[in-house]
Amino acid sequence: MLVSAVCLPGIFAAISAEPILVGEVASLTGASASFGQSSHEGTELAVAEINAAGGVLGRPILLITEDDQSQAGQPATIVRKLISQDKVVAVLGEVASSKSLEAAPICQQNKIPMITPASTNPKVTEVGDHIFRICFIDPFQGTVCSKFAREMGWKKVAVLTDVKQDYSVGLTECFMRDFTANGGEIVKEQKFSSGDKDFKPQLTSIKAARPDAVFVPGYYAEVPLIAKQARLLGIKIPFLGGDGWVGDSLLKVAGSALDGSFFSAHFSSEDQSPKVRNFVETFRAKYGGMPDDMAALGYDSAMILAAAIRAACTTDPAALRDAIAATKDHDGVTGRISLDERRNASKPAVILTIRDGGFHFVKKVEP
Amino acid sequence: MIEFLQQLVNGLSQGAIYALIALGYTMVFGVLRFINFAHGDIYMIGAFAGFYSAPKLLALAGGGPSFAGAALVLVAAMALCAAAGVLIERVCYRPLRAQPRLTVLIAAIGVSLLLENGGQFAFGADPQAFPEIIADSAIDLPASWGEFSLLTITVGQVIVLGSTAVLLLALRAVVLHTRTGMAMRALSLNPLAASLMGVNTDAVVSFTFAVGSAMAGAAGILTAIQQPSIDPLMGINAGLKAFVAAVLGGIGNIPGAALGGVLIGILEALVVGYISPTYRDPIVFAVLIVVLLVRPSGLLGKPEREKV
Repeated sequence: MLVSAVCLPGIFAAISAEPILVGEVASLTGASASFGQSSHEGTELAVAEINAAGGVLGRPILLITEDDQSQAGQPATIVRKLISQDKVVAVLGEVASSKSLEAAPICQQNKIPMITPASTNPKVTEVGDHIFRICFIDPFQGTVCSKFAREMGWKKVAVLTDVKQDYSVGLTECFMRDFTANGGEIVKEQKFSSGDKDFKPQLTSIKAARPDAVFVPGYYAEVPLIAKQARLLGIKIPFLGGDGWVGDSLLKVAGSALDGSFFSAHFSSEDQSPKVRNFVETFRAKYGGMPDDMAALGYDSAMILAAAIRAACTTDPAALRDAIAATKDHDGVTGRISLDERRNASKPAVILTIRDGGFHFVKKVEP
Repeated sequence: MIEFLQQLVNGLSQGAIYALIALGYTMVFGVLRFINFAHGDIYMIGAFAGFYSAPKLLALAGGGPSFAGAALVLVAAMALCAAAGVLIERVCYRPLRAQPRLTVLIAAIGVSLLLENGGQFAFGADPQAFPEIIADSAIDLPASWGEFSLLTITVGQVIVLGSTAVLLLALRAVVLHTRTGMAMRALSLNPLAASLMGVNTDAVVSFTFAVGSAMAGAAGILTAIQQPSIDPLMGINAGLKAFVAAVLGGIGNIPGAALGGVLIGILEALVVGYISPTYRDPIVFAVLIVVLLVRPSGLLGKPEREKV
């Protein structure tokens, strides 16, 4: 990059090799630990790679990670601690939108840039000009699913929404708007709440409406139970959902009930581009398992921050903020990322299908 | 029509679970006149007992999901829950029995919190996938049933309803036709008179906790067969609904608990299917309030009826 050549990192290295402190807030334990651990591993891997290549501005990055235990109230406390005690230059995290919405106002007040890897709710970046995201937002995901449903030739779709999650409600709204505007028909609207275990009443009513597919933008805790009970009730049509499906327990609980279903996601480890292949290999070497969406997004969030520090030639939060905002065509493992004037990422989504106990790449959908 | 019948089937199988849990509330209330708030968490303990014992017990029964294996898991969970119930009563409630009833009630809330948080510590907070102990699938109904053959009844639902019916009848036989059952009834009528007549109060109370907890343990396994995702907080909501069922049917009354459970289950299914899941809990609790206003002792609860 031209800018980084100008700021002569070598000279910086000579005068100080003091680490650059970057804060990370993640749910390493608790109900959303599956998301938090993945994104943390991706972030950690990126930092390790950056440091192995000599760091940025000649200084290594030191990642300070704090666990919010998936509990409401924790992210705000943690971010306050990271900023006031540890004096971090930027904050990475959280995955869940509700937790990012807690952390964001604190970062904004203290004028410390925050990059969330995976919070898709539009409100997150509306908090202020220091809050960025590198994933797409709910409306886009809802639209992608609707586009895909139309390409599959589905005319009648039923929706099953988790009314306790802004995420799910947002996806449903955008899906329905795009689907009906393009001639599709929503034959049944049903709801559930996170934590429910019995979905037979909703599914019975969905079955009676005879849809071609069911759109379930839920999380991985409920979706497999829904699919299992649907199969028992004789509902054989595919399910369609969003990135909330990605989680360890999805396939463990679902067994084969979700085979032939589809969901939109940020990343596919089956992507054949050299960048992704390299990421998958190093990730596997370090952690054993395959990287998922959250790992890939965590990785990209740290890489984008490092690129911005290089571009800004400084860790001064104001300059850093401007540099992050100027991110354009960053070649990440989750696709080519540009940040728009609302600090949201413009990037492609992938559609994955479930087959033989694994997620498989179907296609890429451009913004 | 089919949709409505299907909702009834759905509600019935969920209601059977509530009924099994409600029995424990109602039996303990009958004998000791207090609400064991930790009872819902015993149901959770039952599910986790199955979770940890299933791999070994299934192997013992010849590997793979089978009726024999499922029965072993069910019995193991019931036995463990019975032991847990007796232990909790012995350690936490018996020393407080002479104290005002409110003290025991608060102790029960403490035990409940201990089990929920201890469960998160011991089992992890993440939902766990319950192993398949019996292959749950839809039963093909004969085509000669005409329109009714379109109904979906699953193996899991049949097992739940069958086991619940068997357990209820067994309990009824114990209460009405054994000496221990007679002692329980005596205790529920008048504890002092019963002990003066030579009834061993402590033994009867222990027995009551054992039986009630075993029913909750069975409910835990039967739920996990149909909804194979269990977590340490699963007992909170189920326990609350079962408590409502017990009060609705007339607390202290065994057939009342069963009736209340089934009614709550069916009501929930109909509200979710035809109105909205958002209104499920408000409507269930509103019905409870209305029933209590009209019949303060519950649907089957009559002051002169025998209680356990």
